[in-house]
Amino acid sequence: MRSKKEVLLKLFVSTLYLSAFTFGGGYVIVTLMKKKFVDECHWIEEDEMLDLVAIAQSSPGAIAVNGAIVVGYKLAGVIGALVAIVGTVIPPFLIISLISVFYNAFRENYIIAQLLEGMQAGVGAVIAAVVFEMGEGIVKGKNTGSIIIMIGAFIASCILGINVVYIVIVCLLIGVVRTLVNERRSK
Amino acid sequence: MIYLELFWSFLKIGLFSFGGGYAAMPLIQEQVVSSHSWLSMAEFTDLITISQMTPGPIAINSATFVGIKIAGIPGALVSTVGCILPSCIIVMLIAKLYLKYRNMSMLQGVLNSLRPAVVAMIASAGISVLITAFWGSAELISLAGINWTLVIIFIVCVVLLRKFKMNPILVMVLAGVAKAGVSLLPL
Repeated sequence: MRSKKEVLLKLFVSTLYLSAFTFGGGYVIVTLMKKKFVDECHWIEEDEMLDLVAIAQSSPGAIAVNGAIVVGYKLAGVIGALVAIVGTVIPPFLIISLISVFYNAFRENYIIAQLLEGMQAGVGAVIAAVVFEMGEGIVKGKNTGSIIIMIGAFIASCILGINVVYIVIVCLLIGVVRTLVNERRSK
Repeated sequence: MIYLELFWSFLKIGLFSFGGGYAAMPLIQEQVVSSHSWLSMAEFTDLITISQMTPGPIAINSATFVGIKIAGIPGALVSTVGCILPSCIIVMLIAKLYLKYRNMSMLQGVLNSLRPAVVAMIASAGISVLITAFWGSAELISLAGINWTLVIIFIVCVVLLRKFKMNPILVMVLAGVAKAGVSLLPL
């Protein structure tokens, strides 16, 4: 039987490592966590991990952090979750702290400013690609309700300038009602 | 109290961003640019660019970046904790319920209604990013003021991402280098 100390240390080192070297966002990190804790360590069952990942993805907040929480909590309770969070947060915290120290000095430099301007157009393209891909999925799902929500939310946020927090709350309520209606229908 | 304001703002970002990845972006824009003017739209766009280039979730990166700019390292810590706190509570609660009941249909049903809205809000925030990229900090949005080099870079990037499925980080670096290269040409 492994000791709790060993589990916590392994959790910390793994989350720190994954967080420092994983580019490409939460979805990638969660996949790597599965590899680490299910395939390598055999600390979590495959089926259970899939559900834990689903929880991480459907809860609010960053998926990388949520993934760390579910894995940490599953392995070592609240302390495990806290250790995993700290491991996940340290790398971006240090990196961005460092960058923000240099940011103002860098921004003044003509070449860097040009580089950043070009990258702004690039990040715009990345966001556009993400929107196309996600939007395509919604449209192809052929669910009238979802398409109406998408159009409505776009009008509300882009044209009417309504606070996104309210849009999220309204859609949460719609989601609860839709789920309840669907469940009643299927009974 | 600036710390309290930072904490509260990032708490809202953590609480209402569902879906991971870019889902936090519209909320961060709302809180950091529109509500509090902690960052200009150009700085926000740089922040998204930096987030894309470094490991770590956008929300955590923003919490660190904005926190440091507004109130130093303590500000960054307060913002980061605010951003993570909702995840901590909600994810652990759901994980606890799941480990007990093993049923998640409600959660996924609600998420299905939220996803289309998230796409729409990311699109809306993406449009602001593009406006910043194409027109800089110009007040007036006119055809004459548009930066055509960046429009072309944007279009090429979208094609590279969508048609050729190129790595987003690579595409952004190319976009930056292209703009810097063009600016050095003796035209």
